[in-house]
Amino acid sequence: MNLSDSRVIDAERDLVWAAILDPEMLKLCVPGCQEMTGTPEEGFTATVVQKVGPVKATFKGAVTLSDMQPPESVTIAGEGKGGAAGFAKGGANVRLEAQGAQTVLHYEVEAKVGGKLAQLGSRIIDGFAKKMADQFFTNFQDHVGASPTEETDPEASEDTPKKGWLKRLVT
Amino acid sequence: MPKDTGIGAATVRREDVRFLTGTGEYTDDIQLAKQTYAVFARSTVAHGTIKSIDTSAASAMPGVLAVFTGEDFVEVGGNPAGWLINSRDGEPMKEPKRPVLAHGKVRHVGDAYAAVIAETVEQARDAVEAIEADIDELPAVVDMNDALSGSNFVHNEIETNQCFDWGWIEDNREATDNAIKNAHHVTTLELVNNRLVPNAMEPRASIGSYKASTGEYTLHTTSQNPHLTRLLISAFVLGIPENMLTVIAPDVGGGFGSKIYHYGEEALVLAAAKKLGRPVKWTADRTESFLTDAHGRDHVTKIELALDADGKFLAFRTDTKANVGAYLSNFSTATPTFLHGTLMAGNYTVPLVYVNVKAVFTNTAPVDAYRGAGRPEATYSIERVIDKAARELSMDPIELRRKNFVKPDQYPFASAAGLEYDSGNYDALMDKMEEVADVAGFETRRKASEAKGLLRGFGVNAYIEACGIAPSNLVGVLGSRVGLYDAATVRVNATGNLSVMVGAHSHGQGHETAFPQVVAEMLGIDPGVIDIVHGDTSKIPFGMGTYGSRSLAVCGSAVVRATEKIINKAKKIAGHMLEASEHDITLSDGVFSVSGTDKSVTFGEVALKAYIPHEYPLEDIEPGLEETAFYDPANFTYPSGAYACEVEVDPETGKVRVDRMTAVDDFGNIINPMIVTGQVHGGLAQGIGQALVENTTYDENGQLLSASYMDYTMPRADDMPMFAVDHNQGTPCTHNPLGVKGCGEAGAIGSPPTVVNAVIDALQSGGKNVTHIDMPVSPARVWDAMQNAE
Repeated sequence: MNLSDSRVIDAERDLVWAAILDPEMLKLCVPGCQEMTGTPEEGFTATVVQKVGPVKATFKGAVTLSDMQPPESVTIAGEGKGGAAGFAKGGANVRLEAQGAQTVLHYEVEAKVGGKLAQLGSRIIDGFAKKMADQFFTNFQDHVGASPTEETDPEASEDTPKKGWLKRLVT
Repeated sequence: MPKDTGIGAATVRREDVRFLTGTGEYTDDIQLAKQTYAVFARSTVAHGTIKSIDTSAASAMPGVLAVFTGEDFVEVGGNPAGWLINSRDGEPMKEPKRPVLAHGKVRHVGDAYAAVIAETVEQARDAVEAIEADIDELPAVVDMNDALSGSNFVHNEIETNQCFDWGWIEDNREATDNAIKNAHHVTTLELVNNRLVPNAMEPRASIGSYKASTGEYTLHTTSQNPHLTRLLISAFVLGIPENMLTVIAPDVGGGFGSKIYHYGEEALVLAAAKKLGRPVKWTADRTESFLTDAHGRDHVTKIELALDADGKFLAFRTDTKANVGAYLSNFSTATPTFLHGTLMAGNYTVPLVYVNVKAVFTNTAPVDAYRGAGRPEATYSIERVIDKAARELSMDPIELRRKNFVKPDQYPFASAAGLEYDSGNYDALMDKMEEVADVAGFETRRKASEAKGLLRGFGVNAYIEACGIAPSNLVGVLGSRVGLYDAATVRVNATGNLSVMVGAHSHGQGHETAFPQVVAEMLGIDPGVIDIVHGDTSKIPFGMGTYGSRSLAVCGSAVVRATEKIINKAKKIAGHMLEASEHDITLSDGVFSVSGTDKSVTFGEVALKAYIPHEYPLEDIEPGLEETAFYDPANFTYPSGAYACEVEVDPETGKVRVDRMTAVDDFGNIINPMIVTGQVHGGLAQGIGQALVENTTYDENGQLLSASYMDYTMPRADDMPMFAVDHNQGTPCTHNPLGVKGCGEAGAIGSPPTVVNAVIDALQSGGKNVTHIDMPVSPARVWDAMQNAE
């Protein structure tokens, strides 16, 4: 399965770069992520609960980062094992392009699934991956980018942590 | 005149009462005291090195009694191939070991590398998830061309993925090449015989049990041939003495070939039962069936037909790659060779046939015999290329076939592919087909379809198959490691009822109804007093089981021979009772009479005398009335047929609808025409399923994508037309006592090329020059072919 797309993130490139290497941030953004630990140098380990069509499983995975060119690009490789549900593994090339105060995030993902995921989910896996990516970037935008909620609804921002991740970090 | 009993009667199947009322007893229905449950850990990768398997967490889970890995079976034997094939250069085939559980490497998705035994199936399933297997994924070998050209081996120890390179008939190779080189016309076709999942309604299941006090093992299992399974386990795999192992195949819900073979799960439950001292049951779930039942077909073929200017066939030359999957299953080497190559002369007087078959290991499930086994592949290749030749030469496809048919006065006929056909009348079958299918009315129907915007096509096919696989002497020379006889014991009880113990196994064939018809006819008694016993090695004589449409021709003949012995002995007893010579005794309608007198005794009186031998000539005749016969046939039987199909193709969508299907078969003599009709219907449905919808798909990583009914399409009743079936044109088999041939596989052999020929005809009628579409002829493929033809 191959998936490539690009997203405009409403934040500066350095901030986006830092965010994609932060396990806490990734935990917030990866749909179904229960646990995420590690460092960019050592790699991350993660636990993700997901349902692909009829297959629901807890995936335990390891992710390594290589070819890091801060703050421009990184190659990500990972594998998640879901026990009887099978496995998913793959890699992604991520490239960040500064565009004023915004950042364009380009990604190319190559992934393969095996076991029950392939046997029962092959027809829906492309759609599933697309949905996962959309959800990830929606979350990412919510946490990293300037929060549109904040701008349109200043009252809500006073007592809720709805601020973007970076703004919480710097304010 | 239809009869209502005995041979030729359309007797209702007595076994259907229990099948239709939910009272059949299948392996999974059997509950043994203190039974435990096995669940297997199966590979999720197609190819990988097993670095370590940590079972400690699984072993500590609630209810877990034992965990086995491949390490536990290193010392026991492999599951062998039943047929030795030698390559063209004389080298024997490669036979890598097929272990009980994978060891060292996993070689296909679903390959079992560990098993958990627990108190409940749920506990076993949970524990399987806790097994920590470190398996290093290797690149998968999936495509047969890649397998043959690359250096990535499924079995490292043999350093090739080619199992064998077989030529048939090797002495004809040069002459065939020359005939093709010099022919007036050569038609060439490249095709794929699509891989199929057997999909028996009942998944495989096994229960192993062990009695420590006597050392006896019992295996209840879903088998088409319990004695063969016992032999394989005893002689090759576990070494249990045959007299210490009983194999019971109770009611079995369909096999289609996939339950011929011995599988590792059977050995595992026996070994586990001994270790635990408790019965161990395993029942496959549907995914396991998809992943691990031996698949069928999977040939990639190039066939050439050479013809002279008059349309006489000069030679068939075939080049086939046959996928055997990751391991050799028991008959996987016989199926693409002697069950395929020997049929490559078809129904025709063609003088030269040469077949080359390369069997190829890949990281996919093993492939073996599936309903028809080699013969559907042969028929499909031959009948598709003939159809293409007829179109290229602008000849009528029926006339072209008739021009080359073996004629009735040519029997026995030595075919160019090495078989001796004993009987047949292919023109008579074609005549009958033309009548039943109303070929004359086709053009009218075509116009009616065109008026609806649909393209109607007519397809025809003639097939021959070799059934009742035999004789032992011949198959031994050809490499078979087993004999192919069968056996029956007829036991007449004192009160005049009979138990007939047969080596054949019934899993949908209706033996419990048909075999009594034979015995009842011979003895002149009511078939209702005759009971068939099958499937239990402790009760039946050593028989080879049911596959290759052999039960009636081979085991039925053994039943005849045993019944003849019963009659001979009964005549002696009757002679004594009537104070006459046994030579003067005649048997008619169940009554023994002295010729030319009114003195007689009934069959029941003779039976009683045999067991209560008062005033009995013990010095001349033993008490009792029980006889056994083993029957080893002199030749295969050769059923044949002429099939026709009409399809409607929607040119807007590519959707194919089978509108008419006609099957005219020569099965020799018929014992029960209703059962025969049912067998043909089932075969047609399976053949049409292969032609239109069924397909097994592995991705490039060896992942099985069509592993459930969401992605593997099964034919449904509404995919089928009403079938027109005729089997009144039989020419009796000349070498078995019943004159019968075999009907179980015919429909699945004859129908796929008929359907595809009809689809091509429909597209041609719509002005699309499409010459071939691979099965399944799905709407997407048809639509694609139509677009590319423009």
